[in-house]
Amino acid sequence: MQAGKVAVFRKEHFNAAHRLHNPEWDDATNTKVFGKCANPHYHGHNYEVEVKVTGQLDPKTGYVIDMKVLSDLLAKEVIERFDHRNLNLDVPEFKNLNPTAENIAIVIFNLLRPQINSNLSLLIRLYETERNFVEYAG
Amino acid sequence: MVVYLTRKEHFNAAHKLYNPSWSKEKNQEVFGKCANENWHGHNFDLFVSIKGSPDPDTGFLFDVKKLSMIIKEHITEVLDHKNLNVDVPFMAGKICSTENLVYEIWHQLLPHIPTTVTLHCVKLCETPRIFVEYYGE
Repeated sequence: MQAGKVAVFRKEHFNAAHRLHNPEWDDATNTKVFGKCANPHYHGHNYEVEVKVTGQLDPKTGYVIDMKVLSDLLAKEVIERFDHRNLNLDVPEFKNLNPTAENIAIVIFNLLRPQINSNLSLLIRLYETERNFVEYAG
Repeated sequence: MVVYLTRKEHFNAAHKLYNPSWSKEKNQEVFGKCANENWHGHNFDLFVSIKGSPDPDTGFLFDVKKLSMIIKEHITEVLDHKNLNVDVPFMAGKICSTENLVYEIWHQLLPHIPTTVTLHCVKLCETPRIFVEYYGE
């Protein structure tokens, strides 16, 4: 009997600086909309990212996906790009994109999606702090 | 009877570990990724512990709401959503390690702790896995 779909999760973290601002707005409008998050000298977070991959088990391995493969993929595509970086200054994906938690989750999804089998569904959950987190599933 | 009371607060900040008297290469060698010139950041958790004997009339060591206000006024409002290397006067000229930061936080708080209690410990968590403590020694 074929089992239903199983979801597997991998959790990683990265520590990064960022600021929130819209370059088309003046400083007063950016501060009004983004508050303290608009500090032009940046602030930072310990981000936690959870990657959820859902699908049928491979009958030969009993895996949805090899967790070592998923871990290495996350390390290469996400952690190496973002960890101990300034998201606004050091990460090309945010050159013209405001690095809100929402946009970071979308960027992470788009980096991983092409490299995960299309018959597996993917969801990214990103914690900016313990109390604020976002999810994106494409 | 000695009781210890701890209040937890948090702040989100950018920093880098960088010794300005060293070359860029030496900073990279010693501090690794933490020396990124464009900074990185953390959600810091701060635990401030005081000790003493509870007041017989209130059962309190100290009103923890007042302790929270002291910490917020002198620490979290100064540090939250800031760049520790650039925005914080009491870190000017100092290497922005968690060790140095916890020492400075202690000394910023100490004058505002009432004389009925003793400041016992300041614990600063840079990440869930890395934290420092200072006991005023």
